[in-house]
Amino acid sequence: MSVAQWVAQLDQNLYFRSVDALLDMEGHGAFVWSAYLITTLVVLAMLLLPLRRKRRFLRQLAGELKRREGSPRTKGGGD
Amino acid sequence: MWSFFHKLGSPPWLFGIAGSILRWLLPITLVALAVGLVWGLLFTHPDFRQGNSYRIIYIHVPAAVVALAGYYVMAIAGAVSLVWKMKMADVAMRACAPIGAALTFIALVTGSIWGKPTWGTWWVWDARITSMLILLFLYLGVVALYEAYDNKEAAGKACAVLSLVGTVNIPIIYKSVDWWYSLHQPASIRFTGGSTIDASMLYPLLLMIVAFYCLFTCCLLMNMRAELVEREARTNWVRKLARAGEARA
Repeated sequence: MSVAQWVAQLDQNLYFRSVDALLDMEGHGAFVWSAYLITTLVVLAMLLLPLRRKRRFLRQLAGELKRREGSPRTKGGGD
Repeated sequence: MWSFFHKLGSPPWLFGIAGSILRWLLPITLVALAVGLVWGLLFTHPDFRQGNSYRIIYIHVPAAVVALAGYYVMAIAGAVSLVWKMKMADVAMRACAPIGAALTFIALVTGSIWGKPTWGTWWVWDARITSMLILLFLYLGVVALYEAYDNKEAAGKACAVLSLVGTVNIPIIYKSVDWWYSLHQPASIRFTGGSTIDASMLYPLLLMIVAFYCLFTCCLLMNMRAELVEREARTNWVRKLARAGEARA
């Protein structure tokens, strides 16, 4: 099957024939789209929060280490 | 075999292998979620009784299925940390709780939104929905209990006990629609006997369930990596990682 045939078949199988019909979903659009929107937001938070937590902690730790290494005590300046 | 378990106990090895897995699992998860959503939303026909509102099934069922399975992962990790005092199991248990809570929240909210056009109400205190709400409180309880203790070893033990006790709720959730009269429909997918869902609706649903399992695994690994760097902040490998990040910035 060629790409053009595959696209034509996909188009044939598409249930909604217009964007308005897709958004409205025969009166159920508000329910379906709000459920999908809430899920998308929660999934984004699930993926991004641990990443941000790790990056923020490593940045803080790097700053702390830099400060400690810069202090005269750790430079070997002594008492 | 034993060397694998020995390696599992090593935080830098676990951090590295989790990163390697995420590099290929995260793109696969995102593609599977995108394909499943487009398939379910655009290429399936409406249900003959529920109309288009049934399309919420493609997020509601996967979230609920994985929220339940995730609780077993958390409880097993809790049991391993209690019995064998394996610190990495404690890390895994703690990493599971917020993900499970998020998935249970998705299942409850999308179920409630689906309920309005189907049952005429946002909420009923029936066995399935109430036991799912208890599951959300159990997950949130583990998160809150861990934060409540200053001594993290004691916190880990308390959370492990709570997660083990909470496993009683899981078979109740599974069987609630069979044991009690409920507005909630019984399971549409059955491994024994025929499924009551048409194949054209079933395949995108199965894909979304697989995608949500992958999503759970990705989030678990990401949470474990974040937890590991915080716990191991005094070690050389984490300090090296922090310095490398600083050098890149």
